[in-house]
Amino acid sequence: MGWDTITKSANDRANAALPDTEKARKDFSWNDARQELSGLPGGGLNIAHEALDRHVAAGHGAQCAIRWRGASGETRDFTYEHLQRNASKFASVLTRHGIGKGDRLFSMMGRVPELYFAALGTLRAGVVFTPLFSAFGPEPVRTRMEIGEASALITTAAIYRRKIASWRAEIPSLKLVLIVGDDAPEDCVALGPEMDRAPDRFEVMQTDPEDMALIHFTSGTTGRPKGVVHVHEAVVAHAATGRFALELRPGSVYWCTADPGWVTGTSYGIISPLVNGVTMVVDEAEYDLDRWYRTLEREKVEIWYTAPTAIRMMMRAGQDAAAGYDFSNLKFLASVGEPLNPEAVVWGKEVFGKPFHDNWWQSETGGIMIANTAAMDIKPGSMGKPLPGIEAGIVETAGDELSECEPGEVGELALRPGWPSMMRAYLNEEARYAKCFRDGWYLSGDLAMRDSDGYFWFVGRADDLIKSSGHLIGPFEVESVLIEHDAVAEAAVIGIPDETAGEVVKAYVVLNPGFDASDEMERTLRGHARKRLGPAVAPREIVFRQSLPKTRSGKIMRRLLKARELGLPEGDISTLETDEK
Amino acid sequence: MTRNEIRTAFVDELTRIAPDIDGKTVSDEDHLMDDLGLDSMDILNLVTAIQTRLGVSVPETDYPRLETLEKAVEYLAGKLG
Repeated sequence: MGWDTITKSANDRANAALPDTEKARKDFSWNDARQELSGLPGGGLNIAHEALDRHVAAGHGAQCAIRWRGASGETRDFTYEHLQRNASKFASVLTRHGIGKGDRLFSMMGRVPELYFAALGTLRAGVVFTPLFSAFGPEPVRTRMEIGEASALITTAAIYRRKIASWRAEIPSLKLVLIVGDDAPEDCVALGPEMDRAPDRFEVMQTDPEDMALIHFTSGTTGRPKGVVHVHEAVVAHAATGRFALELRPGSVYWCTADPGWVTGTSYGIISPLVNGVTMVVDEAEYDLDRWYRTLEREKVEIWYTAPTAIRMMMRAGQDAAAGYDFSNLKFLASVGEPLNPEAVVWGKEVFGKPFHDNWWQSETGGIMIANTAAMDIKPGSMGKPLPGIEAGIVETAGDELSECEPGEVGELALRPGWPSMMRAYLNEEARYAKCFRDGWYLSGDLAMRDSDGYFWFVGRADDLIKSSGHLIGPFEVESVLIEHDAVAEAAVIGIPDETAGEVVKAYVVLNPGFDASDEMERTLRGHARKRLGPAVAPREIVFRQSLPKTRSGKIMRRLLKARELGLPEGDISTLETDEK
Repeated sequence: MTRNEIRTAFVDELTRIAPDIDGKTVSDEDHLMDDLGLDSMDILNLVTAIQTRLGVSVPETDYPRLETLEKAVEYLAGKLG
């Protein structure tokens, strides 16, 4: 692969959570992992109970759980006991407004303290927690709240006014909108005064391990976004994988930079670190080079979980920008969201004294599945090996029965079902859920290769989904919004390579008669898409065509557009009926 | 280059990258991310475009100095000074 393996010392291995990965894999059982949690009386299990009450009961209530820094630099510390009380208050607020077990609370906000109170309070009350990305435009928010039949929403006044107020009345299931702060727009409830008067004791709802706890939305190639359902038992995997893949242990100082609107921000930005008793560093602000380096130094961060786009932005600034900072507390660096290029793995070692450890998972798996662990030698560019309790394979999917590929062959990355944080459903989409499972395997939709040493390597997506700055974007959702514009007859959306974001969204548009392709039209359409979808999802570039390549059945061949864009072989074009012009 | 010309150039590039923004309504104090809704990729593209257009070099560590129109004009005027 052209990059030297980074070997770990005997000392690295001795200090790792899993000194001998192979032995750990043999000895591991999910039943044993379950025993390390306390559970509720009568066989119940509740994520918030494992994250907070268990530690408080064991005498760790005074330990710092969250060290928070606001965008303008103010700081607040929250102990485990503080968090428990605030989560209880939030659960009380929900109950007072008639939101209870089985209801669904959506959250749309940045990394403010209320996010953590809300997430843990929601789970505590037996209500389902569903985070949304706050950079989404109104359209993706509305679609997701419709599919998820939102009962309650917590957001900020600014987001509410800009993105939600105009259509809020059209979501019949929505009973309560909570607004962070002391004032709220009409028909909303200000959270501040509600929290002030709510009791800080709230008995954890008796949830069953199989009760729904979380919904994470993910994009599909066709059709609407999918609501990925996770249950309270997922906490067993959140706990174990945080130890195995991230080296989380009681008292560790840990910083996860993920956005709270995506699965990483919940699984490893809230649940796993708290269940493992760490002190989380939380920075409200978005990426800012100096601020990040200062945070690592000042907070004495030991474990850092970040993403390829951010790492590549740091690399652009060069090694000199990192000079003068003290990173000596860093013990373990990890990355997720999209494959981490080998240069970035090695760059970590040069600048921070530790390589980045890439790992792989997705919304559907709920937790880390394949990882470079602390004790493993790293082959830069590889996602590592399956964690204990996870059986992964590379399978050939062409026939009725799946067959496993030989080492070095490319196939679809698949997992044997049964780990605790495996999705239990796509909300109201049984057929799409069933399609993910075949012949005793869960099919991930990612193409990958396993080498002769058992390391897995990402190759590409098996479908047309776009991975931009770690966000999975469904082309259909973008095309639908473009087509809504009067000028647009047809649209096809693909991801094109970008050295910072991995991929960026590009659209091919056919205009209706009477509309002319021009720079102005390009801007109008991008402006329209940005307003509806938000900047992270809208196309960064639009080009005009007379026609798009289509199959006989009228399906646009995005694959062909992409191959042409990249100068790759066009592959099988026997079904091509009309071509691009 | 006058401050007014720098301002015009900046707003021009800003609305090219984010055509959802109306250049006429951008105020000097609007924060590019918090008020105008740009994301970090937009900022990267904007700085790249400004560097090319004005022929100045903006190191990554200076990005926060361009977070509002007023600050950006001030910073770029200093560079072009």
